[in-house]
Amino acid sequence: MPADPSSAPGPSAAVRPAARAHLLAAVFLGGMLGTLARVGLAELASRDDPASWPWATFAVNLVGAFLLGWWATRLLRAPDVDPRVRPFLTTGICGGLTTFSTLQLELVDLVRADAWGVAALYVVASVALGVSAVLAGRALAGRP
Amino acid sequence: MTLLTWLGVALAGGVGSVLRFLVDEAVRARVPGASFPRGILVVNVSGALLLGLVSGLALPHDASLIVGTALIGAYTTFSTWMLDTVNAASARLAGVAVANVLVSLALGLAAAALGRALGAGWA
Repeated sequence: MPADPSSAPGPSAAVRPAARAHLLAAVFLGGMLGTLARVGLAELASRDDPASWPWATFAVNLVGAFLLGWWATRLLRAPDVDPRVRPFLTTGICGGLTTFSTLQLELVDLVRADAWGVAALYVVASVALGVSAVLAGRALAGRP
Repeated sequence: MTLLTWLGVALAGGVGSVLRFLVDEAVRARVPGASFPRGILVVNVSGALLLGLVSGLALPHDASLIVGTALIGAYTTFSTWMLDTVNAASARLAGVAVANVLVSLALGLAAAALGRALGAGWA
């Protein structure tokens, strides 16, 4: 969560709009990069059969969860880092790289294709491995 | 895919990510409930509805890629959903963690299915 700017000492009212613009620009740039990686993989691994396992979404979501667990934890312990780094990496790259809506639509399409088993396994594996990926990233950053 | 399509994908991804940040921030500022990640819940469920709608409309490939996969895909997030769940569990808020997973899934699936039916009806 972003810090409440009204409680932060230091910046005058005149520089706050600039800080806000930098924050949004960092999210925008990170989101561009994360989205390009996600869409690139989706195009490489495009599925013609709606009953098949959605590998591309599955992979980017787990990688993004791992990176977010790692970076969010690392940045908690790096108070001196440029304030644009955190939104760039977390909200931008990880948020743009991963997707909830595509996962939900893939589940709906799997059910429509009568692939109930694949749908059940896909949702359980996504959540169980997603939680595990966050924990693994957090452990890599030194938090048990 | 042309270079122009990739440029559209990149811009849509940036816009979707900024929208996610702004909607999350606005919801958290207006809706009480300090421990529940309600901002991301609103983002993810509204995004599932919109992506279902775009899918139901059966747009041409590149348009669907830019508006659906890139813009709405970037607007929603799996990683923050998972991080919030783990953080709730770490803070001994097991009920919040479980509810965050189950409510998001139930509402997200319903929204995606509803959006798809609405989009297919209009197409």
